[in-house]
Amino acid sequence: MGASAAIVTQNLSRRFGTVLAVDDLHLQVPEAQIYGFLGPNGSGKSTTFRMLCGLLKPTAGEVDVLGHRLPADAERIRSLIGYMTQQFSLYRDLTVLENLQFIAQIQGLSRRERRDRVRHSLRAYRLERYRKRRAEHLSGGERQRLALAAALLHRPPLLLLDEPTSAVDPQTRRDFWDALFELINQGTTILVSTHYMDEAERCHRLAILDRGSLVAEGEPLELIGNIDATVIEITGADLKSLRETLSGLRGVWNLTQLGSRLHALLDPGTERPVELVQGALANAGLQANVSIAEAGLEDVFVAATGKRPS
Amino acid sequence: MNGIRRMWAVALKEFRQLARDRLTFAMVIGIPLILITLFGYAINMDVRNLRAGIADQAGTQTSRRLVADLTATQVIAPVRQAATAEELERMLLGNEIVVGVFIPRDFERRLQDPNREAAQLLVDATDPLIPGIVSAIADMPFALREHGASSRLIPRTGRSQQGSLFSMRQYYNPEGRSAVMIVPGTIGVILTFTMVLFTSIAIVRERERGNLELLITTPVRSIELMLGKIIPYIFIGLLQVSLILSAAVFLFDVPLRGTLLDLYVASLAYVVAVLGFGLLISTIAKVQFQAFQLTFFLLLPSILLSGFIFPFDGMPLPAQYFAQALPLTHFVVLVRGILLKGAELADLLLPLQKLGILFVISMTLAMIRFRKRLD
Repeated sequence: MGASAAIVTQNLSRRFGTVLAVDDLHLQVPEAQIYGFLGPNGSGKSTTFRMLCGLLKPTAGEVDVLGHRLPADAERIRSLIGYMTQQFSLYRDLTVLENLQFIAQIQGLSRRERRDRVRHSLRAYRLERYRKRRAEHLSGGERQRLALAAALLHRPPLLLLDEPTSAVDPQTRRDFWDALFELINQGTTILVSTHYMDEAERCHRLAILDRGSLVAEGEPLELIGNIDATVIEITGADLKSLRETLSGLRGVWNLTQLGSRLHALLDPGTERPVELVQGALANAGLQANVSIAEAGLEDVFVAATGKRPS
Repeated sequence: MNGIRRMWAVALKEFRQLARDRLTFAMVIGIPLILITLFGYAINMDVRNLRAGIADQAGTQTSRRLVADLTATQVIAPVRQAATAEELERMLLGNEIVVGVFIPRDFERRLQDPNREAAQLLVDATDPLIPGIVSAIADMPFALREHGASSRLIPRTGRSQQGSLFSMRQYYNPEGRSAVMIVPGTIGVILTFTMVLFTSIAIVRERERGNLELLITTPVRSIELMLGKIIPYIFIGLLQVSLILSAAVFLFDVPLRGTLLDLYVASLAYVVAVLGFGLLISTIAKVQFQAFQLTFFLLLPSILLSGFIFPFDGMPLPAQYFAQALPLTHFVVLVRGILLKGAELADLLLPLQKLGILFVISMTLAMIRFRKRLD
């Protein structure tokens, strides 16, 4: 773990009526790193984000953001965080330039700072051509660059990105992540939620959330190394039948098809897993290659969030 | 300093959005023009040509002259003839007529007797205005006797009268024109409608589109956001006042007896008060449709209880107390005073102060309700 933590939460919980959206979350987000939140829809990612920037009040627990206690100090941290919402939340009927100027004014920048930073971010985020274009007429990627530029105008030390790349193509996503690493080099701490594995892999640390609870936490490689399951790879002609046969087998937690391969997650306590799977397939009269495979982040995710019979 | 800059940023942004929203902009101009035309022309209390049925059983020269005189007032227009009072009643029931004139067989003899009514008017009292109008013609002196002495159709309390007991003088609107009574208050009705609707929708729309989620993570304070939001609408409100006022003066010949400055100061006070109400609604409504519903929830009692249409003094006390909470109540007093009576603001400090109080109350409630949080 890095020198000091930008965010610390203890016993953080949030209830909506009878639904426990976030359940007893303990987190430590180190400074100047990209910290990823990985989880399916409804796992509590957005709710946690909103509590971290003071938009929602926790039902229980403590939050410390950059040395400020929330929600008591919520107003104090406004100028320290940049927040990019899941949906585009700038004004669609204003132009790129007008949106940036508005945010710069709202952030209380001086006239000179406004002029310099707006000009700089138009250049840095390749928006100069569109400065007179209304946000509603921008493409998904341009709109996302605009949102990021707006979130960074006041140079916040902490950036929260709630599923920032859910509406853009892969190339734009790559560019976007390059921009994030640039910011890390300048000392910004970034919190990003995602459900893309390739993005999760690029984070320094990851927290995997499932139904409001933290189910795994650590560096991506660490998580892969510590996966609490045995991963078996099966290749064969008739994947559909292989899958049907294995889905009923004792000790098999989950089956995921990856192109022409099948990944089976098995209880780590299973003895001689390859032989077990081979035996089951042979009994069903099916031909297949079975071997132990190296786990990927997807497997970690499935193992952490998937349903387990027990 | 930063606060004012941020407030101005919100106002500027709002101006830009307004200028681009063609529908809203059309409403800014269109609603006042349509409403002023509707109210000015359609609400007409100078009632003419009430459909009347005549049952003249006397059939004398005098009775025919009475019918002719009644017709000459233009208040009634005979459309049916009947033989009996029962026949007139049937016509009333069938809405063929709204007034029946019954002249009995012994009309001439009754005329000589000051203690007896000479003839009868049958009036459809299901309409709020008609009975009053007809009773006014009943009080008119008609020269039915040879030597020019007048006689009333229905003597009140059996007292013998020659002519009317009182003469009436109408102040400020001597011709009693409806447009003069209706149009000044209409300025207030239109402003209530447009101002409350625009502001309430303006904030709810930001919530719906997710803009608010971003705004509340910035250092902008609630008061800066609220004030910034209403500044453009103050200008729009005053623009609408000018528009309606021009229509009132040029189209409906409404007099402007006070000063224009006083009128604009009063309008400004009223505009900010209704904007406060609009903000309050915006903190209650979750979607635009609710904002729309709540606007009507404010508009209806404003029209009915403010004294705009029905006399304020005639309302029961609880209704009068309730009406104190409606900005339109005070604005009707102000605008009629300035436009029609030529009053100065110094004469009208009380309603002006009440508008100020309503603004402070509505803004405070809106601030309390609007928290910079999503829950």
